Amino acid sequence: MSVFDGLKFRKVHSPIHDLDPRVKFAYVISVFAVAIIFYQIIPLLFLFVLQVPFVLLARVQRQWLRSLRGAAFLAAVIFIVNVGTSYFYSGYKVTPPAVESALALTLRFVVLVESFSVFFLTTSPDHLGLALEESHVPYEFAFAFTTAVRFVPVLAEESQTIMDAQKARGLELEKGGFMKRIRNYIPVLIPLIVSAIRRSLELAEAMESRAWGASKKRTNLYALKLHKGDYTLIAITVGILIASIYVRLYVPIPTVVHLLKL
Amino acid sequence: MIEARDVRFSYANRVEALKGVSLTVKDGEFLAVMGQNGAGKSTFVKHFNGLLKPSSGTVLVDGVETTKTSVAALARNVGFVFQNPDHQLFSETVEEEIAFALKNFGFQPDVVEDRVTWALELLSLSQYRKTSPFLLSGGERKRVALASVLAWDPKMLILDEPTIGQDHEQKEKLNQFIMQMQQQGKTVVIVTHDVEFVAECNPRVVLMKDGRILAEGEGKEILTNPQVLAESSIVLPQIAQVFAKLSPLGFPKGVIDIYEAEKIILDAKESRRLP
Amino acid sequence: MAIIETKNLTYTYPGATKPSILDVSIRVEKGEFVLVTGPSGCGKTTLCRCFNGLIPHFYQGELKGEITVAGEDVLKRHTYEMARHVGLVFQNPENQLFALSVEKDVAFGLENFGVPREEMRRKVDWALNQTGIYDLRERSPHEISGGQQQRVAIAAVLAMEPEIIVLDEPTSFLDPLSAEKIFDVIYDLNRKQGITVVLVEHRLDLTAKYANHLVVMDEGKVRYEGDPREILSTEETRLIGVGIPKATLLYQMLKKDGLNLGGNTPLSSDELADQLLEALKAK
Repeated sequence: MSVFDGLKFRKVHSPIHDLDPRVKFAYVISVFAVAIIFYQIIPLLFLFVLQVPFVLLARVQRQWLRSLRGAAFLAAVIFIVNVGTSYFYSGYKVTPPAVESALALTLRFVVLVESFSVFFLTTSPDHLGLALEESHVPYEFAFAFTTAVRFVPVLAEESQTIMDAQKARGLELEKGGFMKRIRNYIPVLIPLIVSAIRRSLELAEAMESRAWGASKKRTNLYALKLHKGDYTLIAITVGILIASIYVRLYVPIPTVVHLLKL
Repeated sequence: MIEARDVRFSYANRVEALKGVSLTVKDGEFLAVMGQNGAGKSTFVKHFNGLLKPSSGTVLVDGVETTKTSVAALARNVGFVFQNPDHQLFSETVEEEIAFALKNFGFQPDVVEDRVTWALELLSLSQYRKTSPFLLSGGERKRVALASVLAWDPKMLILDEPTIGQDHEQKEKLNQFIMQMQQQGKTVVIVTHDVEFVAECNPRVVLMKDGRILAEGEGKEILTNPQVLAESSIVLPQIAQVFAKLSPLGFPKGVIDIYEAEKIILDAKESRRLP
Repeated sequence: MAIIETKNLTYTYPGATKPSILDVSIRVEKGEFVLVTGPSGCGKTTLCRCFNGLIPHFYQGELKGEITVAGEDVLKRHTYEMARHVGLVFQNPENQLFALSVEKDVAFGLENFGVPREEMRRKVDWALNQTGIYDLRERSPHEISGGQQQRVAIAAVLAMEPEIIVLDEPTSFLDPLSAEKIFDVIYDLNRKQGITVVLVEHRLDLTAKYANHLVVMDEGKVRYEGDPREILSTEETRLIGVGIPKATLLYQMLKKDGLNLGGNTPLSSDELADQLLEALKAK
């Protein structure tokens, strides 16, 4: 199931995979913030290129490029809308500065998507769940998250089994007009939902039986410790933030149009 | 009825589940497909109604290649009862549940009505006609699932792990039910790892391991062959276990039926003058 | 000393018209291996859930009578308090494992209790070793087989070091070989660790030989209770619909035919075979 492939963590051991998810997340949020404070194309381009060494270090190039392709459609929409708006508002002309500005906005979107993509490609759900547990998020949420991830493959298999069972009773999912096709999915959805409810009940029984709620102070088998790599990334993040704020406030940024004397 | 020729099958992105399986199932046969979890039993059997199509090789159902027809068309003759009835049940009443497949196959309303009544009676579910299937007990839900498949009277019935979670009495009823189906001339295939159950009904046995057929033959022979069973990680039926230990004294090995065992031991008593 | 004692225990699920268990009075001694059996719907699953407090606390409904487990009055204790004494292993392997790695699942109960990390590590490793799954500790529960999953469930319960482990048809979904492995693990825990075991099972042919205390239920009531050999040597159990081991049945049939093999009623094929060998050698 290719949809779930996108969520599947790649079990590769790279320096990026081993980084503390909280640190990685702080980095991604910083990139997000920096992308927001700039609207010129050059700094945004710089920000985009900045992701590349991380991608290469993590060895997730192929998947990263795939997510780029996925973002391409929306990016194109953003570009066209922006050019279109300036076209209408500047008297039906397409000017180079307008194109550059539209490109910049598109690039901002791409940078946002891509930095998050790297985060999810290099952070396993366990790691993420652990980070959630350790960041003082109420345990219920971290637990709900990891349990949900844990059962995704189970649900996927079950939905396949249910579809098979109903197909074996003559259900033809592809046939019929739009409304009929939606109705065809009822015999698949209902068993899936009922099964999910039954599963929740069994899980709850198991949780209760293993002392859920026994103590307000829950401990953890694992601990997230910060290593050298984490401190390096923290330094990089802080560096980027400071540099960006400085540049934004004091350094005039030329536009490409200006540089090319258009 | 079914002819499988050198069937190979791989799931997407995964290892080969079937590595060249060939088998013929005749009309009216009673067959048990056995093997450890992961041996490929369910995978193989899902080729009989086209749910899975072979990656290479062919599967012919009544002479028609499964790749050339739809699951719905094949299902008309091959009824598949899945292990977990809750993967099928979705209707508001038992009646509607049983009518589902009949409507899918295009039966006329009056025929649907008759068939539903017939299936309900066959499985002693008449009193639950208007009940919601979700309110019934586990065993009753299994019967509803079975009724909903029998309703369209397929020539062949495939039961996937029908004995799981069943108590002794339920298993006896299942045994009787299978015999009834056989008497009606239906071909019955069960996928199971329940050795004792198979020992009771003594079908033809196909033993699978790692995507291949390891052994095939009369239930009695396969289930009492210790080498074959050890290779496929199946346990000997209890009676066979007893006789395996008695073989140094000259007792026959191929015994799985308790009445046969009784007779053999009593004969031995006669000839050896036991107390 | 009785580690489980019930007096006239009666329970009705909320919205049910009749009780699932009725007037159940049983007594389990410390260290016993109890086998609870009976036809579907006889109330054995309900009884299990009374031992650790799921009934009445989780299921609500009406519980009458008395029940004392490990010295505690179950009605007065939270389920999480009972979890210190009683571990419950369920039928479906997949739906009782919720962490993303085996060892995290085994640690779950200890984490809930707030056990410090080092102590937790030791207990988790010990439980993993006792159930023979130490090598699987970093695997995801979905990747392992049903038999392995059940062993994880047992380890998860074992790590909390309960005096009693209750298992509700733990091998329903498993093939006979995996089932035997599970029973071996449980039997080992009973013999070597002295843990009291309550096992609910249909498949007496696989389990009767382990038990020293048999409880047969039917329609919510306890019909027979006591020594497995005594109970299974009578006709009555068969009449309820309990599947007695084939070896035992054959023994009874031969006895009726006048062939007395002496000794105890056999509960396994090995025992019967040995008896036959003895009888045949002595001419």
